[in-house]
Amino acid sequence: MNAVAKILTGVWIAGVTVAAFLWLPPAQGFRSPESARIVVFHVPCAILTFVAFLVNAWYSWFYLRRREPLLDMKASVAAELGLLFAVLATVTGSLFAMEQWGSAWNWDPRETSIVMLMLVYAAYFVLRGAVEESGKRARLSAAYALLAFPAMVFLIWIMPRIVESLHPTNTLFTGSGLDPVYRITLWSFFVGMMAVFVWMFRLRLRVEMLEARVRRRRQTEPEPTLTGVQP
Amino acid sequence: MNWQIELRRVGKEYNERPVLQDISASVTAPGVWTILGPNGSGKSTLLKIIAGLLTPTEGEVVYLHNGERLNAQQRRQVVGMVAPDIALYRPLTAIENLRFFARARGVRVQDGDLLSLLEQVHLRSRAHDPVATFSTGMVQRLKVLTALVHRPPVLLLDEPGSNLDEAGMEFIRHTVRVQAEHGIVIVATNDTRELDYGEPLIQLGA
Amino acid sequence: MSRSSSWAREALAVFGKDCLLELRTRVALGAVLLFAVTSVVASGFALAPPSGVAGEVKASLLWVIVFFAAIAGLSRVFVVEEETRTADALRLAVSPTGVFVGKLAFNIALMWALCVVTVPLYLLLLEVPVRHWSLFVTVVILGSTALACATTAVGAIVAKATMRGALFGVLAFPVALPPLLVAIHATKAAWLSEGGWRMATGDLQVLVGFMLVIVPASLLVFEHIWSE
Repeated sequence: MNAVAKILTGVWIAGVTVAAFLWLPPAQGFRSPESARIVVFHVPCAILTFVAFLVNAWYSWFYLRRREPLLDMKASVAAELGLLFAVLATVTGSLFAMEQWGSAWNWDPRETSIVMLMLVYAAYFVLRGAVEESGKRARLSAAYALLAFPAMVFLIWIMPRIVESLHPTNTLFTGSGLDPVYRITLWSFFVGMMAVFVWMFRLRLRVEMLEARVRRRRQTEPEPTLTGVQP
Repeated sequence: MNWQIELRRVGKEYNERPVLQDISASVTAPGVWTILGPNGSGKSTLLKIIAGLLTPTEGEVVYLHNGERLNAQQRRQVVGMVAPDIALYRPLTAIENLRFFARARGVRVQDGDLLSLLEQVHLRSRAHDPVATFSTGMVQRLKVLTALVHRPPVLLLDEPGSNLDEAGMEFIRHTVRVQAEHGIVIVATNDTRELDYGEPLIQLGA
Repeated sequence: MSRSSSWAREALAVFGKDCLLELRTRVALGAVLLFAVTSVVASGFALAPPSGVAGEVKASLLWVIVFFAAIAGLSRVFVVEEETRTADALRLAVSPTGVFVGKLAFNIALMWALCVVTVPLYLLLLEVPVRHWSLFVTVVILGSTALACATTAVGAIVAKATMRGALFGVLAFPVALPPLLVAIHATKAAWLSEGGWRMATGDLQVLVGFMLVIVPASLLVFEHIWSE
C-alpha cells in the first residue's frame, strides 16, 4: 500500500472516530445511551473476524490444490489477523455488555460464536507449532482450517436455536432497527478497518516472505567445515 | 505388456532444504536396476517417491503401460514394495496379514491359496502365529510375499538384504530373478553383496 | 485370482483388520472405556441423589464424559498405524477414501460400544428419570455417530503431528462442538420435557445435517492429510 493510501486510511479512521463521538447522537432506548457509540467500533471488528476466517479457508483450499508455499503464508496471516480482530471484537463487546446488560459475559450465541472462532484460530496455531516440516505443516493446517470451517458455519447457525440471543437480529442490513446515522458511521468505520486489514495483511505477508528467504539462504549455504583451515 | 517408469526432473525438499535434486531416469520391463548411495543420500526417499508414497516437490514420476499413463489408483495396483520402515501388523498372524493385504487390494483368495503361498516361503507351519514372534528373516519373507500378493509388475526393494543371513539373501536373489523375468525390479542399497542385482540406475551422492 | 476394485471393498477390509487388531490388543477400547467408566462412577459419587442436581446438568455431564472418552480413543486408529510404521503399507494397498471410510466405520463402532456400556451405567448411578425412551436412544445413536464423524479426520491430522495426546482435544473440540451442543439439547428434551419428539425433531435434523456436511468435507481433505 502506498503512502497516500496509508495517510488517507489514517485520516478516514480518525474522522470517523471523531464523528462517532461528536456527530453521532446518543442512542435512546439503550440503558446507557452514550456508551452505545461503541457499537460503531464493535460490529466492524466482529465482521472482520469472519472475513478473516473466510480468507483463511479460501487460501487453505487453494494451497491444497496448488501446493504453493505463498498460499499457505496467506492463509496463516489471515488467521493471525482473525485472532487479533476476534480479541478486539470480544473486548469492545464485553465493555458494552457490562454497561448494557450488567455483566461482561452472558453466553449469548454471538459471544459464544466468536469465542469458538478464537478457539479454532488458537487450535490452528497450536497445530502449526506441532508440525516441524514446513510442507507437512502447510498441508495439515490447511486441512484443519477446511474441517473447522463447516463446523463453525453450523455452530453460528444452530446457536440461536439453543440459546436465546441478546443481540438484535438482522438490523445491519435491513435497517429497520438501526438509526440511519448509526448505520452510516458504522459502515464508514468498517471501510476504514477493512483498509487497515488489507494493509496489515500485506505487511505481515512481506515479513513472512523475507523470513522464508532467510531460511532458504541458510539452508543452501555450505556447512562450515574444519578441513578448510590452512595449517 | 510393456511397462515403463519415467522419473522426470524429480526433486524433494524438506523444510526448504533439498534432499533430492533434478533426478531423471527411465526403465522399461523386464529388468533389474539399482539405486546406489551411502546412508542419508536419499535412496529411501527416492524409492518412496517412485512408489507414490511421497509427492515430489519438483518434477514427477510417470508410469506408462503400452504408452498409456497410469493414475494414482492404477499405480497402487501395479506396485509392490518392501522396505525396513514399512511394517506388517505384528499382533496379527501371518495368514491374517496376508489375507488383509489380498482383500484390501481386491485379490479374491481362499485360505488354501494363502497357505500354499506361505508354503512357498517356508512359513506354512507358522501361518497362525503372530508376526511379533517371527525372526527378522521370517518377517522379511512374509513382507516380500505380501508385497507380491497382487502380482504387481513393479517391485521396489529398499535395503532388502539388511540383517539377513546367507539363506535370507539367497531368497531375495531368487525373488528378484523371478520377478525380473517379466517385470521391473528397482533395488535401493549400499550393501556390496547386493550390487550384483542389476545395472546401476542412479548413483546418489552423500 | 480375480481382482475387483472399489473403495467399499477396501473400507470393509480396513474395518475388519482394525476390529481384529482391536480384539488382539484392546488399546482403543481399553482407553475409552476406562476413561468413561471412571468418570461415570466419579460423577455418581458426587452427584447421585439426594444431591438435588438438576436434570439439565446431568444431560450436559453425560455428553461431556462421552466427548472426553472419545478424545481418549478416537485418534488411536491413525496413531497406531504411524507408530507401528504400518501406515505406508496401508497407503500402498488402499486408496485414501477406502482408508477414511474404514477408519470412520471403526470409530463409529467404538463410539457405540462406549455408549452401550457408559449410558446405562450413567442412568443407573445418577438415577435419571427418562421420559421418552425411544427419543433418548435415537439421540444417543445419532449423537455418538456425529461425534465420530466430526473427529475422525482430526485424528488423522493429529497422528502426523507431535504431542498428540494434548493436540487431539484442542483440535477436536471446535469441530465436535456443534453435535455436542445439539445432543445435549435433545437429551434434555428426552429426559425432562413434555414435548419429547416434537421438541427434539429439529435437533435430530441438525445432527443428521451436520454428518451430511462434515463427512464429505473430511473426504475432500483426507487425501491431503493421509498422503505424504
